Amino acid sequence: MLANLLEFEFLRNTFLTGIIIGIIAPLLGAFIVVRRLSLIADALSHVTLAGIAFGLLMEKKTGILWITPFYSGLGFSVIGAILIERLRRVYTAFQELAIPIILSGGVGLSVIFISIANGFNTDLYNYLFGSVSAVSRNDLFSIIVIAIIVCAVIFLFYKELFLLSFDEEHAEVTGIHAKRIHFIFILLTALVIAASIRIVGVLLVSALMTLPVAASIRIAKGFKQTIIYAIIFGEVAVILGLISGYYLEIPPGGTIVVLLIFLLIATIIGKKITQSLLNRKHQSHGEVLK
Amino acid sequence: MNEDIVNMHSVDFYYGSRQALSNIDFSIKSGEFIGLVGPNGGGKTTLIKLLLGLEKPTNGSISLFGQSIERFKQKNKIGYVSQKSNTFNRGFPATVEEVVAMGLTSKKGYFRRFTKQDKQKIKQAIALVGMEAYSHDNIGDLSGGQQQRIFIARALVSDPELLILDEPTVGVDAENVEKFFNLLHELNKKNITLLLVTHDIGTMTHHASQVVCLNKTLHFHGDPKVFQEMTDQEVSQFYGHQLNLVSHQH
Repeated sequence: MLANLLEFEFLRNTFLTGIIIGIIAPLLGAFIVVRRLSLIADALSHVTLAGIAFGLLMEKKTGILWITPFYSGLGFSVIGAILIERLRRVYTAFQELAIPIILSGGVGLSVIFISIANGFNTDLYNYLFGSVSAVSRNDLFSIIVIAIIVCAVIFLFYKELFLLSFDEEHAEVTGIHAKRIHFIFILLTALVIAASIRIVGVLLVSALMTLPVAASIRIAKGFKQTIIYAIIFGEVAVILGLISGYYLEIPPGGTIVVLLIFLLIATIIGKKITQSLLNRKHQSHGEVLK
Repeated sequence: MNEDIVNMHSVDFYYGSRQALSNIDFSIKSGEFIGLVGPNGGGKTTLIKLLLGLEKPTNGSISLFGQSIERFKQKNKIGYVSQKSNTFNRGFPATVEEVVAMGLTSKKGYFRRFTKQDKQKIKQAIALVGMEAYSHDNIGDLSGGQQQRIFIARALVSDPELLILDEPTVGVDAENVEKFFNLLHELNKKNITLLLVTHDIGTMTHHASQVVCLNKTLHFHGDPKVFQEMTDQEVSQFYGHQLNLVSHQH
């Protein structure tokens, strides 16, 4: 792959995009998981699919090329994020209702757009499961801009986001604008999902945000360590997943997620073994003292 | 004469059509240790929410540190340990240091990172509650009593002048409750004003310098000895049901 990486621009674009989303997806995913909002990523990814279908429809029916599927997906994702926030305020006692409403709405719209277009070619398949050859230079630039925005906002609002994740009431008591910060957070999620879809696909994007964190949370001490381990797991899975996907001619979304599942299982087993070894050590130490 | 740091004047509060507080006139002087008691649904937590600015009074006015609550911006002057501190997500991956650091978020303001001095302050707050040996442990791995100390450290790290604690000893064993009150006395000696909400009247009359009894309206505000000398029947009238005060005295 290395020789091809130097030779073909699309491979370089894919690889660079993979490295970028391997950082930003778990980075934001850490906040998503601890706030118990894991399903929001799924809802937004399905809305993004509607946006992508809309962009493809525009291309096919009107010949309008400036609304690329990437930008229409991004637009729909941001609108979906805004709607989720609105719905969460309408159903304050059942905030999770916003997720199935937006998710099913996204799928419904996708079906309508796909039907109007009388179906699409393999491009839609690439958006569903990811592709190693789907990232254009323009997409790469947009993803770099998104990554800079995401990293900058998290750097600037880290302590507020952390407090909000741990204790929303305390955040409000201390005068933090909880609603505004939460809104920014949901917008960032929409951006990261739109950026990640080219590589891992609509159906698997939430896995890239949550699985590295699920693995990391088993072994990390503290939140910063959770983020660092999650990024390491994310990067390992993305790089190996892209390489294996390329050689096996399998959409990388599948290989990345399966690798993440392996990493998750490894951390769960590793933690259990370490725990039982520690327990044995404590028991034998107790017997010596007796 | 110590100055008033909290003043509530003719405060009413309604949740929809249900009145939660009626005509509350109440003040806290600097350095006091106030025990706020009353039955469930008597408005104790509502009163706390009003002081914290989480709710606005339907009628009346509130001032904090000489400023009307609408204009009061120095949120770090008030430390708060909520009822919910006992029910946080124990699987949350946060170390003791990270939790205590949250207490400085408001004081630092937006876009500012923690400095070396802040980190020193965090260590001092952890040491003040005697938990320095656990600084790098996840908070979920600690016992209920230890977690409560950490939440107090979080409230103390911003150097508050008033510390509000809402039912902080729920779920904490008797030995740790005693340690907890010793810590409160130490803080009170350092001139931190305390407002402690509790169900435990016996403990409260033993520790507080002033007792406030609230059941929608203010029924008693004064010396704990006077409150203790009241007959069970008199106190039961405030509560609206029979009480036996002797059983909880320490």
